[in-house]
Amino acid sequence: MKISEWMEIEDKEGALLRVIERAKKNEFNEFITVNEGAALSEGGLKGLPVAIKDNISTRGIETTCASRILRGYVPPYDAHVVELLKNAGASIIGKTNMDEFAMGTTSETSYFGPVRNPWDKSRVAGGSSGGSAAAVAGGVVPASLGSDTGGSVRCPASFCGIVGLKPTYGAVSRYGLIAYANSLEQIGVFANTVEDAALIFNLIKGRDKRDATSMDSESVLPLREDVGKVRIGVPKEFFGEGVDEGVEREVWNAIKLMEDLGAEYEEISMNYMKYALPAYYIIAMSEASSNLARYDGIRYGLRFENDEDFETTISRIRAEGFGKEVKRRILLGTYALSKGYYGRYYLKALKVRRLIKEEFDRALKKFDVLTTPTMPFVAPKIGEIKDPLSLYMADVNTVPVNLAGVPAISVPCGFSEGLPVGLQLIGRRFGERRLLEIAKWYEDASNIRRLG
Amino acid sequence: MKVLIGLEVHVQLNKLKSKMFCSTPTNYHHAPPNTVVCPICLGLPGTMPTINRRAVESAVKVALALNAEIQERTMFYRKNYFYPDLPKGFQISQYDFPVGLNGYVIIDGDEGEKKVRIKRIHMEEDPGRLVHLGRIDKAKYTLIDYNRSGMPLLEIVTEPDMNSPKEARAFISKLRSILEYLDVFEGSLEGAMRVDANVSIEGGARVEIKNISSFKGVEKALSFEITRQKNLLRRGVQPKMETRHFDEAQEITVSLRVKEEESDYRYFPEPDLPPMDLSGWAEKLKAELPELPDARRERLIAQYRISVEHAKILTGERALADYFERVASQVSPKLAAAWISDVLKGELNYRDMSITECFPPEKMVELLKLLEEDMISDKAAVMIIRKMLDEGGDPREIMEREGLKKVKEDILPGVISSVIEENEKAVNDYLSGKKEAINYLVGQVMKKLRGRADASRVYELLERRLNEIDNNRKA
Repeated sequence: MKISEWMEIEDKEGALLRVIERAKKNEFNEFITVNEGAALSEGGLKGLPVAIKDNISTRGIETTCASRILRGYVPPYDAHVVELLKNAGASIIGKTNMDEFAMGTTSETSYFGPVRNPWDKSRVAGGSSGGSAAAVAGGVVPASLGSDTGGSVRCPASFCGIVGLKPTYGAVSRYGLIAYANSLEQIGVFANTVEDAALIFNLIKGRDKRDATSMDSESVLPLREDVGKVRIGVPKEFFGEGVDEGVEREVWNAIKLMEDLGAEYEEISMNYMKYALPAYYIIAMSEASSNLARYDGIRYGLRFENDEDFETTISRIRAEGFGKEVKRRILLGTYALSKGYYGRYYLKALKVRRLIKEEFDRALKKFDVLTTPTMPFVAPKIGEIKDPLSLYMADVNTVPVNLAGVPAISVPCGFSEGLPVGLQLIGRRFGERRLLEIAKWYEDASNIRRLG
Repeated sequence: MKVLIGLEVHVQLNKLKSKMFCSTPTNYHHAPPNTVVCPICLGLPGTMPTINRRAVESAVKVALALNAEIQERTMFYRKNYFYPDLPKGFQISQYDFPVGLNGYVIIDGDEGEKKVRIKRIHMEEDPGRLVHLGRIDKAKYTLIDYNRSGMPLLEIVTEPDMNSPKEARAFISKLRSILEYLDVFEGSLEGAMRVDANVSIEGGARVEIKNISSFKGVEKALSFEITRQKNLLRRGVQPKMETRHFDEAQEITVSLRVKEEESDYRYFPEPDLPPMDLSGWAEKLKAELPELPDARRERLIAQYRISVEHAKILTGERALADYFERVASQVSPKLAAAWISDVLKGELNYRDMSITECFPPEKMVELLKLLEEDMISDKAAVMIIRKMLDEGGDPREIMEREGLKKVKEDILPGVISSVIEENEKAVNDYLSGKKEAINYLVGQVMKKLRGRADASRVYELLERRLNEIDNNRKA
C-alpha cells in the first residue's frame, strides 16, 4: 500500500483495526510487539500506520532490540523520530523484529526467531531491520522505520523488493535509537515507493538538540520530475567476486535503462574499498562492546532471583541475556580496544575510514550518484549461511557507505531466481533531494513489480 | 624517610544549574534517592549525551586559575569499566585532550612557600553513589542512588609534590578557596570534593587511597597511611602497590585490591560528542576571572595595611574576605582584621558555622564602633559576639541589656574605696610585700562593676590608692 492510498481511505478507524489484526497474525514473524492500543490521531499523516524497529525507543511500549536481556524494558520516553511521527498523526502499530541489537544481515539472530521473507517464507527477509522491511513488503503497513549501521535498511529492502533509504550521517536525530555503533548508524525509512520514503524522511530529518551530531538539511519535497543531466559512476569494486550473475545482470540493466533515459555513466575504480569491511567491523564492534556494557540487569531488563555479588550477578545476566552473535561482537570489540591493540586496530580503522570518506567525496564531485548492487546475492534460505564470516562478507557493498557517512538508497531493479534484486544509489552528503529525485526517475521508468 | 604525596581531586561543579550531559538540575542534595534523574543521566538505552557549555566554561576558568595551559581542542572519551554506580558501563571522561595541562598552585609548605605542580585538569561525569551498610568489605548489600549520576565533575591531578599530610591539606584548602572565588563550587555540600591520594615513601611502592571525602579526612587518611607504611618498613616489609579505601568513621585505611597491573579502561573517543574547539575561550574567560586569593591577599595588605597573617586568614575564604572588606570600609581596618580573623573566625569554627551563617557585617561594624568609642571592654566585646552568634540581637542592645557598658570614671574611686575597706586582709598582704594580692582586689572591683570597667585602668587606680595608703602609714 502506498501512503497516498491510505490517505484516500474513508473509514480510517476500520482500516487501522484491520492493520492491527493483520499485524497480530505476524505472518512473517515481523513483529515483536503489536501496539493493540494504537488509535487514530490528528495530523497530516491522518493515522498512517507505521511500524518501528524494536531498537527505537517508544514510550510505554516494550523495546527489546530482539534481545532476551531487554525483555520487559519499557522506555519512559519516545525517540525523536517517534515524537515527530506521532506529532504528524502517525499511528505506531508495533515494534518490528530484527537481528539482536541490529547485529546481523539476515534477521536470524533475533531472540524471537527469524523474520520470513514475504516473497518466499522459507527465505530470510534480510537484516538487521528485517521485520520493518517485511511489514512493508508484506503489505501490513505503508511505511516503517529501521536503522542502518552497515546496510541494515538497504539489505532487507533489497531482499524484500522495496525501497530503503539510509540518510546522511547526522541528517536524522539518533536520540532514542538504541546504539549499536554510534559513529556509523542512521535511522532509515522503508516504503513501497521512493516518493513515500521521501515523505517520511522529510518528516523525521533535522537538527535535534539532544543529538549533538544531528544537523538541519534542505527539504526534499516535492521531488522534481526533471532531473536534468544525470552522471553516474559505476565503481567496479562493487561488482567483484561473490556478486551473483543474476544480480549483476539486473543492476547493469538498470544502468543501461538510465543511459537510455539520457544519463551518462562511467566505470571507475575505488581503491580503498577492499579495506572497508575490516575497518567497518573493527569500528562497529569496538563501539558495540562499550554500548552494550550498560546491560547489567540492575536497573531494567532481564534479572534473576537470588543475586550474588555484583560480578557474579552481571556475568550471569549477560551470559544468559545476550545471544551468540552479540557476544562474539562484544568480545572482538573489547579485544580491539585493549591496550596494545587499540593503535593497531581501532586507530588504523579510523584512518581507513577517513581515506574511504575522501574517496567517496572525490567520486561524488564528479558524479551525481554511484550505482552498485545493494547486496551481492538475493535472499538466502533461512539457516543457509551459517559461517559468520560469510555473513559479514555479504555487507561488502553497503558498509563503505556508512564509513563515508553519505546517503544511499536501495530501489528494486529486477528479479533473479524469482527473487527481488536491489539497486544501490549513493549520493552526496546531505544531498538526499538529488538522490531521491534520481531514484524516483529510475523507479518510474523501470516499473518493477511490488508485492505489498 | 621522605614521603611523596600526589593527589587526584574530584570537584563537583555544583553551582551549575544542570548536569554535565543533560538538563537535569544539580540540586539533588536534599532530594530522596533516585528522584533527580532523567533517561540521559540514568544511561537508559537510546539516550545520548550533549555537552553543557557552562560546565566547559567553568572548567576553563578553573584551569586558568590554576595557571594551566588551555588546550585548543578538547574532546571526550569513554572510560570503560563495570561498576554498579556507573549506569552506562562507561564514564564519559577526558583522556588525550583534557581542558588544561601543566598548571601549579602556591601553598604554604612545611618550609615556606611551595609550588605544587598540576599535571592535568579534565572534565567528566560523576557516577551514582553507592551506600554500603556498614564497612565496605563486610556489607551484605549495597544501595544505589543515581541522583549524583551525571553531575559535572573536574578531576585535578597533581604531581607528587607534597611531602607531608599537612602540605596535602594546605593544597586542598588552597584549591577549595580558589574554586570558591571562581564561584563554581560550594564546598559545604556533601560529596562536593573527593580526594584520592597516592602515597609512597621514597623508593617504595605507590599506594592509592580512595574515597577521602572531607577536608580533615585528607590529613587523617594520609597520617594513618604513612604510619602504616613506616611501621611495615621498620619491620623490614616493603609496602605493596595496592588500592586502599579510607574508612572515615574509623579513620583507618582498608585494603581494597592489590594492583598487579594497571587496569585497562579501553579509552576511545565518545562518538556522540564531537570535539570542541576552545580557541578564543581562554582569552575571553581570562578577562572574566575574578580576583583570586593570592592577589586579594596582596591587595588587602597594601590597601588596609593589615598583617600578612591576618590577610592570609581573611582571604582563605572568599566570603570571609568579603565580610572583612565591608566592615573595614567603616571602621579601622586593623581593628576589623584583628577582630574578624582572631575572634570571630574562632567563635565560628567553635560552633561549626561558616561566615555565611554569621550575623551581617553591619552588626560587626556597630560592635567595633563601640570598642573604638571606648564604650565597652574587649572582654565585653567577645561576650557580645558570642551572644549574637547564639541568640542573635544587636550589639548596642545586648550591651545595654547585659549592663556591659563601661562605667564612668568618676564612680571608680568610690568602688575602689569600698573594696579596700571590705578586704583588709588582701590590702595588708599587699602592703606587707605580697604584690600579687592586688589581682584579687582588681577582681573584686570588676565583680562589683560586673565587668563594665577597663581592668587595666582599675589596676592603675588601685595601685595608686594602695601606694597612698602605704605612704600614709609610713608617715
